[in-house]
Amino acid sequence: MVRKVNILKHELVPEARLLTKEEVKEIFRRMEIRISEIPWIFASDPMAKALGAKPGDVIMIIRKSKTSGKSVAFRFVMPG
Amino acid sequence: MPRKKAKKTTRSKKRASRRKKKTVKAVKEEKRISRGISYEEAFALVERYSYILPQNLREELISKIIENEMNLEEATELLNEVVRRYQNSLVDPGEAVGMVAAQSVGEPSTQMTLRTFHFAGVREFNVTLGLPRLIEIVDARRVPSTPIMHIYLEDDVKNDKDKVLDIARKIELTTVENIAKDVTLDYLESSIIIDLDPEMLENRGVTVEDVLKMLNRIKGKKGRIERQGDYTIVFYTGIDDISRLRRMFDRVLGLRLKGIKGINHTIIRYDEENKEYMIIAEGSNLAAVLQVEGVDIRRTRTNNISEILEVLGIEATRTAIIEEMSNVLSEQGLDVDIRHIMLIADAMTLTGRLRQVGRHGVAGEKASVLARAAFEVTVKHLTDAAMRGEVDDLRGVTENVIIGSRPIPLGTGIVKLLMKYGFNPKEQ
Repeated sequence: MVRKVNILKHELVPEARLLTKEEVKEIFRRMEIRISEIPWIFASDPMAKALGAKPGDVIMIIRKSKTSGKSVAFRFVMPG
Repeated sequence: MPRKKAKKTTRSKKRASRRKKKTVKAVKEEKRISRGISYEEAFALVERYSYILPQNLREELISKIIENEMNLEEATELLNEVVRRYQNSLVDPGEAVGMVAAQSVGEPSTQMTLRTFHFAGVREFNVTLGLPRLIEIVDARRVPSTPIMHIYLEDDVKNDKDKVLDIARKIELTTVENIAKDVTLDYLESSIIIDLDPEMLENRGVTVEDVLKMLNRIKGKKGRIERQGDYTIVFYTGIDDISRLRRMFDRVLGLRLKGIKGINHTIIRYDEENKEYMIIAEGSNLAAVLQVEGVDIRRTRTNNISEILEVLGIEATRTAIIEEMSNVLSEQGLDVDIRHIMLIADAMTLTGRLRQVGRHGVAGEKASVLARAAFEVTVKHLTDAAMRGEVDDLRGVTENVIIGSRPIPLGTGIVKLLMKYGFNPKEQ
């Protein structure tokens, strides 16, 4: 009775996608921040796993926000 | 007199409406000439500020531009004004937002009724709410004091009560203790006598064979199981040691026959709002419940936040913290701005793990020794720091207050001046 559960479909999990290396460069240059300054997500995190993220990647998260409709956040994938 | 007056007013009203009709017509004609910009134009115009204005503000702007049939000039003017005001309303750099959040959540929670129990629409359940629940969330406790799941079902089963009942039975944990009239321990024979209750067996959908099968798995090499009569099972354990026998007895009592570990009780409720049946479960085991056929993966919820972290990840945890906290506060009629709660959730989930707001988490991981010492267990932090040879960079607020430096790095005090020595602006 093993059922394939796609956690990305769950209401609580916001829309997310993996950024390419070029996108990361471009976005961080535009926002004038360093990668070390963004929140983390572990590579073992269910969401990171579902997206196939590897340590060193950046995940772009599009959250539904009560104050601004949609808000974009980034998380840096940490080993572990 | 009143009659006359009434007549007069109706007449004047008529006149007014006639006048109004004219003006509306005129205005419409006028607009046809001046016509506002199209939706696409408005969208392109507003979208230029997509990096400044949040989405819902942009949407509102577009709809207002269309609604009022603004031309390009007016729309640009409006947009500039909105951008100016929006930027003015932003938090200033250096503002102590954490402190403001702490006070904004802390003060209202002193107004909360201590120890509130709420019966969630159904008899048996009570759910921790109010201050105890708030503390539980912020402390990032492993297991909440009253774990509860709201299990929603997929479209093809959610309106069929029998099927829902079936799923509920599959989920609810059934142990030997639940279906036995009596379980006794015979020390002389070192056997366990299980007297099953036929009614309970029927109720829980378990057969005697099921019980025998499960018992066989734990009986061990020396064990022997005998069925006496229809509903009595004798389990000769073959264990001599009394304390081990007792342990075996407990194991038999808690033997899982059916259901999911952790879910002690289920109730089926008809959700009036969504017109469907759903299951409320006492106890929580998100990973296992999501595995059950017929359970809606998208909507099923638990109030166990560390379980959400394990199954759904850190982002879902953030969402869950915000939702749980604002639910607790609004339940008590307290109006706390959601931005404060969002900040707390962000701080708790910053490192990818769940940190508590307390001595082991957000406050306990501060970089400064002095700041940590000022919070709790002062001497321990100071001696530990001395042993490790820690250095304090004095970048936070607390440590600067302690050493009495001026100004503290907060608000206007956070601004630093960079000066190029020997730089003459006139030369440029």
